[in-house]
Amino acid sequence: MATGGIYALVAIGFVLLWQTSQTINFAQGEFVMLPAFFVLAAMKFGGLGFAPAMVAGFAAALIVLGVLFKRLVVDPVLRHGVLPLVISTIALSLLMKEGVKEFYAADAQPFPAAWATTSLRIGGAVVSVQNLVIIATAVVAVVALQYFLNRTRTGRQMQATAQNPELALALGIPVRRMIMLTFLINAALVAIASFLVSPIYLAKFTNGETLGLVAFIAAIVGGFNQVRGAIAGGLLLGLLDNFVAAYLSAQYRAALPLVLLIVVILVRPQGLLGRAEERTV
Amino acid sequence: MRTLATPVLAAALAFGSLDAAAQQTVNMPIVIELSGPGAVSGTNFRDGAVLAIEEINAKGGILKRKIVAPQSDTQSNAGISRAQVQKAIDSDPYVILGPVFSGSVMVNMVLCQQAEVPQITGAEAAGITQAGNPYIFRTSFGQQMSMPKIANYIRDGLKAKSVSVLWVNNDFGKGGRDTFVKEMAARNIKVVADVSTESGQVDFAADVVKLKGANADAIFVYTNEEESARFLREARKQGVDKPLIGETTLLGQKVIDLAGDAANGARGHVGLSADAPVPAVQAFKEKFVKRFGYVPDHNGIKGYTGVYAVKYATEKIGKFDRKLLAKTLHGLTITPKQEPGILMEASWDANGDIDRVSFLAEVVEGKQKIVQTLPKLGK
Repeated sequence: MATGGIYALVAIGFVLLWQTSQTINFAQGEFVMLPAFFVLAAMKFGGLGFAPAMVAGFAAALIVLGVLFKRLVVDPVLRHGVLPLVISTIALSLLMKEGVKEFYAADAQPFPAAWATTSLRIGGAVVSVQNLVIIATAVVAVVALQYFLNRTRTGRQMQATAQNPELALALGIPVRRMIMLTFLINAALVAIASFLVSPIYLAKFTNGETLGLVAFIAAIVGGFNQVRGAIAGGLLLGLLDNFVAAYLSAQYRAALPLVLLIVVILVRPQGLLGRAEERTV
Repeated sequence: MRTLATPVLAAALAFGSLDAAAQQTVNMPIVIELSGPGAVSGTNFRDGAVLAIEEINAKGGILKRKIVAPQSDTQSNAGISRAQVQKAIDSDPYVILGPVFSGSVMVNMVLCQQAEVPQITGAEAAGITQAGNPYIFRTSFGQQMSMPKIANYIRDGLKAKSVSVLWVNNDFGKGGRDTFVKEMAARNIKVVADVSTESGQVDFAADVVKLKGANADAIFVYTNEEESARFLREARKQGVDKPLIGETTLLGQKVIDLAGDAANGARGHVGLSADAPVPAVQAFKEKFVKRFGYVPDHNGIKGYTGVYAVKYATEKIGKFDRKLLAKTLHGLTITPKQEPGILMEASWDANGDIDRVSFLAEVVEGKQKIVQTLPKLGK
């Protein structure tokens, strides 16, 4: 469940960016990797304590992965089409990975946990506090996001922008601001995911590789045009991954997301909860 | 003619001085893991070697020649390591230091053998010294030396009747797992779970669930350092209460730093340890921390002693002769009295395997504590 919660957070970001700005971000995995290093750098070079470093890291994530990503990468490239943007994000992921490896560290770094690392015994089962925190945080983030999108004026404006940007603009919705807000929300989601996984996985420049791929697959499996599809896809993949590895075969766990992707594309290409979309020729 | 003489003379002087400069140095490239899953091991080995080289050069070098040690990163990839070793061989080295990853050494040692260049490695897979290569030398125990010691501890110390094995699916892990399982069978201890994991794996949740379900008397953990740390964290998270036994890759300082409190209680055999109750090793640790700002693990000692072994053997020969160096190292014993840089008495056999004292250790309150010293196998 905890793993699924992480995948869901990252997958939601994929979907939001696609819906509002036709951005497929293949650097999403590295977006999850980087905020942890912002925190570590704030502690190591800035001399900050852990809590202030987390705040600084979160703010840096919003600026770098939200504002700068949009202004410096997406805006100049998107006008040339989706494919150049896809290639740009692949290049960006390499740049981020190699940058951390070169300028911070090539080996794994310990990342402090903001919660107790103990376990609770509930009815004979051992449940770790870490997992409970991850699940709770993921649930709160998702519920808050859903509330924001569906129950607030700004959220409904964002949805309108995602559905039809030209009409939204004609109706006086500040479309550019809505798109920027989407990028900021994605940056916030990946920062939260980073702070949740790094205490367990350790902070390392390669952390984004597998996570990004699995979250992308989760978004497709769930439905790339539905936020709730991303949530479902993330949870499903997290549960299946761990059950298969624990009770069937650990050797084939890496193949599971790919097999699931193929099956969904063949049987239900819009995803489990996605809407079928028609293409105008 | 007079106009040509000056540039010709200048060129001759330049080449002559280049040649003279080369004569004043000895080339010992370090081909090592500086990134990827092996970065912890490789960086430690490299830094240990660099410390030894700086010390030796400060005293005039080997036979009055300063050591030059260009570094190249294998990225923990066997294919890249092979290319880097070839590049090092093309630079006419005296000796090649590294790599540490067994998978890389298995692939690239053939090149050193063909070029007749001695190779000093920290790799531990049993097969490395069983391939008939007269130019490979370890500065760490091979698995065929360390596993019997661990097996004896599990049988006699823990009195375990069953054990689970978690191992990394690479040459190092597979070699260790195979040797360990054989030793368990020889002692009638049942292996009830045999869990393979991947190099670079981050999520050990499912693997810990499997191990808990097997309910063995002890769990033997044999992965790389970073994966060991992640495993220890996950084991702590899931409340695993069986003894976690390992080798140096479970008990090293970097693992302890990464795993935090989760490392406490882990026990095992360490062929080398910066916490060994040996004054020379303690002095080395202090120097290393002062120079590099972190506590070395066993790989730091491997790199350090490897350079000093080359120095001692070369001075014994009296000249720089690669073939003669290899021949001299086989069957050689170096004591700290003869060469303080060797830290502990070490002997090499005809296969290039090293023999020296080793230790049983436990992690207590974030530090590796040596609980017993084990003698050389040859004694």
